[in-house]
Amino acid sequence: MLTDIGQRRERLAIPGEAYAAFAILALLIAVPLFAGNAAVDKLTTLFVYLLLAVMWNLLAGYAGIVSVGQQAFFGLGGYFAVRLVEAGLPPYWAFFVGALGVAIVAIPISAAILRLKGGELAIALWVLAEVLRLAVMFDPLVQGETGISLLAMNSFDPTFRRNLNYWLGLAAVSGMLVAAYFLLRSKIGLSAKAIRDDEEAAKSIGIDAMRVKQVFFVIAAFGCAIAGMIWLANTITYQPRTNFGIQWTVFMLFMVLVGGLGTFAGPIVGAVVFFLLQEIFGNYGAWYLAGLGLIAILFASMLPGGIMGYVQSKTGFVPFSDGMTQNNRKRP
Amino acid sequence: MSEPAILSCAGLRKSFGRFQALSAVDISVGRGEALGVVGPNGAGKTTLFAILAGALRPSDGSIAFEGRDVTSMDASQRCRYGIVRTHQIPRPFLGMTVIENVLVAAMNGGGLSGEAAWAAAEAALEQTELAQHAARPTQTLGLLDRKRLELARALAMNPRVLLLDEIGGGLTEAELEGLLELVARLKRSGMTIVWIEHVLHALVASVDRLICMSEGRVIAEGAPAAVMADKAVAQTYLGRGVQ
Repeated sequence: MLTDIGQRRERLAIPGEAYAAFAILALLIAVPLFAGNAAVDKLTTLFVYLLLAVMWNLLAGYAGIVSVGQQAFFGLGGYFAVRLVEAGLPPYWAFFVGALGVAIVAIPISAAILRLKGGELAIALWVLAEVLRLAVMFDPLVQGETGISLLAMNSFDPTFRRNLNYWLGLAAVSGMLVAAYFLLRSKIGLSAKAIRDDEEAAKSIGIDAMRVKQVFFVIAAFGCAIAGMIWLANTITYQPRTNFGIQWTVFMLFMVLVGGLGTFAGPIVGAVVFFLLQEIFGNYGAWYLAGLGLIAILFASMLPGGIMGYVQSKTGFVPFSDGMTQNNRKRP
Repeated sequence: MSEPAILSCAGLRKSFGRFQALSAVDISVGRGEALGVVGPNGAGKTTLFAILAGALRPSDGSIAFEGRDVTSMDASQRCRYGIVRTHQIPRPFLGMTVIENVLVAAMNGGGLSGEAAWAAAEAALEQTELAQHAARPTQTLGLLDRKRLELARALAMNPRVLLLDEIGGGLTEAELEGLLELVARLKRSGMTIVWIEHVLHALVASVDRLICMSEGRVIAEGAPAAVMADKAVAQTYLGRGVQ
């Protein structure tokens, strides 16, 4: 079974599942042309979830960095955008520059925080997110709990804005997935997986563990900031308690654990499952949240590989497998 | 030892709390030399390797490689300089394929990229008879193949000094012969080898010089046959009072 698939794939320059991905992408690009406003808005939200899930999987599933403070970058991105718009930058430029700003800020943060490991690292990042939230609330522009609306966004036609947000979200998700695909096949991606599996052994083969983890950390911070931007562009209001909320990290954990930690397709599956659950049961309030918790516990205890881990081990089919074989060797 | 030392340590001490794992160890390895290390369990052999490779910091003493002090360098730096160690209990990267395990070593410690890294990785798998398992998830390898992979990963980095920690245990006589041939080939290529081994006949047959450690000290040093004939060595292995 396994070798059959291996041989079939050897003949393909592009993995077979990539064609399916291209078809889905083409369909998604066209959605605003025929779908209603509500559908476009909902799918934009799905893109935010997808981005967050893919980023958390890069961190925890591939670099072994378990963060419960990713909302720090989601919220900080929004704050930078608010400040840049206030300084006179056009909103969509502010989103992009703001996300880059978050990536730059993440560099010194990574140097300090990645010295910690495991639980200490997770807690430190959570504390960092809370400290950033409190600091942002001291900014008079944000007005503490009240928050601020990005009035500059009102200068755009609502339909144009909605569609632009949608396409930007789609571009961000597909761009990040392609980048992750190649990253995981590069020296730095292989080194990250080695660190995840055994950090001491990774050091013993010459891997500069700190630098590799920093790269993954900064990429994930950038991706979460982009997600925060798309969220802000869609909701227009910025409120520290919402944008720096721990729920974002809880969502990421849920999506990645249910979809399959450390599998390439896992976070995608997890994000879609989460999105559907929210669509169907979102109105049940506290019961909905309790249900999510229960599902997460059931998966963690009964299906630790998540949906994709189960599917991959049962069928032997690993979509966009990051495990390289000699087939990945480019021969002259 | 006519050649100048490539790797040496002086006054090496290591204590874990009140336990002295190493006390004042001085060792010098010549360029291209194969040095064997024997001694009973708990003699400090693996601790010595961990310190030479930079995984552990010595409590006292210094390590020099190619005449420069490397005591303060961490494991990954020393590895990139060419001091490469295999682990007594294999430490493969279980979430990766076999070839990825070797490739990542060639790219980091070996300093290679692209085609050269793939070539080094595949050559290392050939040398250790793992080539047919290249595409397998490492998790599916048995202990013996994991030991081979530990060696393959080291070879992919083309080390200048190779520290081998008990790679011969558990091999059949035929497999052991293949291993000895490989070590001899590496030695002929100019690689310096330090080898801890309990399979004594294999070690004695392939090293230039032997040291015997006991309770954190070097108790005998010299030609393999002479060391094995040493009274103190016999006593540490067989106990006192044996005629």
